[in-house]
Amino acid sequence: MLWLALWFPPGLWPTASGPRFPGLAHSPSLLFFKSLVGKDVVVELKNDLSVCEILHSVDQYLNIKLTDISVTDPEKYPHILSVKNCFIRGSVVHYVQLPAHEVDMQLLQNVARKETLQQKQ
Amino acid sequence: MQTTSLPGSKVSACILCEMLSLTQLPGTVAVITSDGRMIVGTLKGFDQTINLILDESHERVFSSSQGVEQVVLGLYIVRGDNVAVIGEIDEETDSALDLGNIRAEPLNSVAH
Repeated sequence: MLWLALWFPPGLWPTASGPRFPGLAHSPSLLFFKSLVGKDVVVELKNDLSVCEILHSVDQYLNIKLTDISVTDPEKYPHILSVKNCFIRGSVVHYVQLPAHEVDMQLLQNVARKETLQQKQ
Repeated sequence: MQTTSLPGSKVSACILCEMLSLTQLPGTVAVITSDGRMIVGTLKGFDQTINLILDESHERVFSSSQGVEQVVLGLYIVRGDNVAVIGEIDEETDSALDLGNIRAEPLNSVAH
């Protein structure tokens, strides 16, 4: 069993249903983001850069692909003026600002509740 | 030359693969790293953890007192942990940019 210790860090030991990886494809928060595909969002990154664009796709690590981007403050951040589509690594996202009218609050609360219950099990 | 993704990733392909398959290669990309640097180059390869291989790369150093400085780097491997953003550069818009006249503060790092 020693070889398993080399592959699986603590917290990710295989369970009866297979190894657990964070951000599994069927996680509720991923499904929530998938429901926002095609909507305008503003993504604020941890380096303070804010990008306003259309959410194109999301993956299990919550990496985000965006199309038709525009920087919220181009005077301060002219760095990516020539970029129209981009891929943002999930780990650098600080906030994703959502259009309020696109979000069903009841659904969102249920999703959050389910996720908490799942994590406790 | 094709952009390659390394074999052996059992988990379903991430959307980076999807993004790259839609671009016309060779694709010039701008990579913003976690320490706030901007590197422009041709993306030659990547993997599940977003490690990147960039060819003909140069770093664009922004400063508030003088224009953009381009430092030639050559062939680079960027470890995925340090990648923040990968943007597809639109060649026309980029060549229209007057880099000598852009004044900007360097980007912040992603640290808290």
